[in-house]
Amino acid sequence: MTKPNATNSSPPAYESASSVGIVTPEVVHFDEPITLANGRILNEYQLVVETYGKLNEKASNAILICHALSGNHHAAGYHSPEDKRPGWWDAYIGPGKPIDTNKFFVVAVNNIGGCSGSTGPTSINPETGKAWGADFPNLRVRDWVHTQARLADKLGIQTWAAVVGGSLGGMQAMRWSLEYPDRVKHCVVIAAAMKLTAQNIAFNQTARQAILSDPNFFDGNYLEKDTIPAHGLSIARMIGHITYLSDDGMGKKFGRELRSGTFEQGVEEPVEFQIESYLRYQGSNFSKSFDANTYVLMTRALDYFDLAREYDDDPAKAFSHAQCKFLVVSFTSDWRFAPERSREIVNALIKADKDVVYAEIESSYGHDAFLIPNQIRYWDLFSNYMQKISVD
Amino acid sequence: MSDSNLRLDHQIISQWVKPNSRVLDLGCGDGELLKALHQNKQAHGYGVEINSENILRCIENDVNVIEQDIDEGLSNFDDQSFDTVIMSQAIQTMMHPDRVLIDMLRVGQQCIVTFPNFGHWKARWHLAFHGQMPISDLLPYEWYNTPNIHFCTFKDFEHLCTALDIQVLNREVVATKSFGSFMQHIHPNLFGETALYRVCKK
Repeated sequence: MTKPNATNSSPPAYESASSVGIVTPEVVHFDEPITLANGRILNEYQLVVETYGKLNEKASNAILICHALSGNHHAAGYHSPEDKRPGWWDAYIGPGKPIDTNKFFVVAVNNIGGCSGSTGPTSINPETGKAWGADFPNLRVRDWVHTQARLADKLGIQTWAAVVGGSLGGMQAMRWSLEYPDRVKHCVVIAAAMKLTAQNIAFNQTARQAILSDPNFFDGNYLEKDTIPAHGLSIARMIGHITYLSDDGMGKKFGRELRSGTFEQGVEEPVEFQIESYLRYQGSNFSKSFDANTYVLMTRALDYFDLAREYDDDPAKAFSHAQCKFLVVSFTSDWRFAPERSREIVNALIKADKDVVYAEIESSYGHDAFLIPNQIRYWDLFSNYMQKISVD
Repeated sequence: MSDSNLRLDHQIISQWVKPNSRVLDLGCGDGELLKALHQNKQAHGYGVEINSENILRCIENDVNVIEQDIDEGLSNFDDQSFDTVIMSQAIQTMMHPDRVLIDMLRVGQQCIVTFPNFGHWKARWHLAFHGQMPISDLLPYEWYNTPNIHFCTFKDFEHLCTALDIQVLNREVVATKSFGSFMQHIHPNLFGETALYRVCKK
């Protein structure tokens, strides 16, 4: 392995003591058919998985990381020495970090329906020999939980020391606690909700409409036409991105700074704000790396999620089935999954007499706060809770 | 931890909590009381706390803790959903102690309230002879930075109970110094440093 910056005295990021280093994703095949929540059957499927740390002899130190809307299996470390950016939760997973890989065996998975290697709309449907495209089944959060349970079986993990997730990942963690109560010891729910508000569904619908109305979408069968609805996907991401940040945070980062042009009188020059070019850049990057059908599918899974639907719409009744302990965390400036939504979870857990720790972290980063490094209180709280988890 | 290793006021509180009961501790601090109630009384409890350091200590103590500002009310807790609601050394820091007390009695079958007694002779002495707000080991703040905004004496608290139709089930007094521990029986309002009340709705 050649070291970049060999002359530099500080080691490269992937060699730092707090990094899980270079990681390689694995593909896990499943031949046993699975019946999905919408009644359709996937005869076979695959999941792409990354693991960090070592599974102990009793297989009692395993942590499942559930990803959010646009996440995947690459939660920590680097794929190559040239890799510039680590996994999406690298700030909080690694040796000495809150999810300490010296203690825990961490499993991060790309959900089915995803576009990072797990079976999804971009995979080949074995029955047709063509990409699934728009024909890929609609998914619910519970479908992910069920496939993750089968993954646990394959890895020899009967019980997770913790299932951890932020946002849509937090919904998966909560669903785990109800679907497999005897297989979860701790459920860590960060910046999540038991169901979306109408406003949230409205944002998702607007984002989907941007994709659906792109002339290159072709009812979801754009791959057959050898094109992608890049424009629509880019707008969808821009809408999402705005809602993941806070007004305050965006103001601090961009303000009304201009990237080009001037407001000088008598000058007719087009003006571009920093925030405009930032959003366009984010949208454009995303449209190159993410699949439009997956975006539609994941936002629908978010919209459909309702933790207590099968429990007479009584969240306390739902949580009465859980056997694990809970950590619930929210962020003050998160308006997409506001602290009120987390408090609803906590109130239901108290009503159901479950063990719960709830903290509301002061932060200006909006919904994205759960991903942002160097937030001392979030770090301390998350670390202290994870350190108390027994793996004996 | 056995009861005898607990702070004296916590020992008394512990005696007032029924085994296997459901407890809510408002302003639970580091969670030591809840931990002891869990170990000694098998109580299932929740702490409510606003201080982030205390919340970390609660996690270390393995007790349930909910970050919440009690001054904003307890509407998230159902009527009569706890056997005992405790507020130890915090009622004097509340914006509206009377409203909190009413809310506590709505949520709990019985309530335990403890507070530093402002009628203690040291406080009286300080104010009478120095003309300044007392600062002591019990009240270690200046008037401008104290979290204690609604001091009261035993008499004041009992007047409030009468006004709110609250029944006082028990009253105990804690004084740490031997002189005080002797004299508190003769004149509690003058010699009791900490007041402990067990109350319920009339």
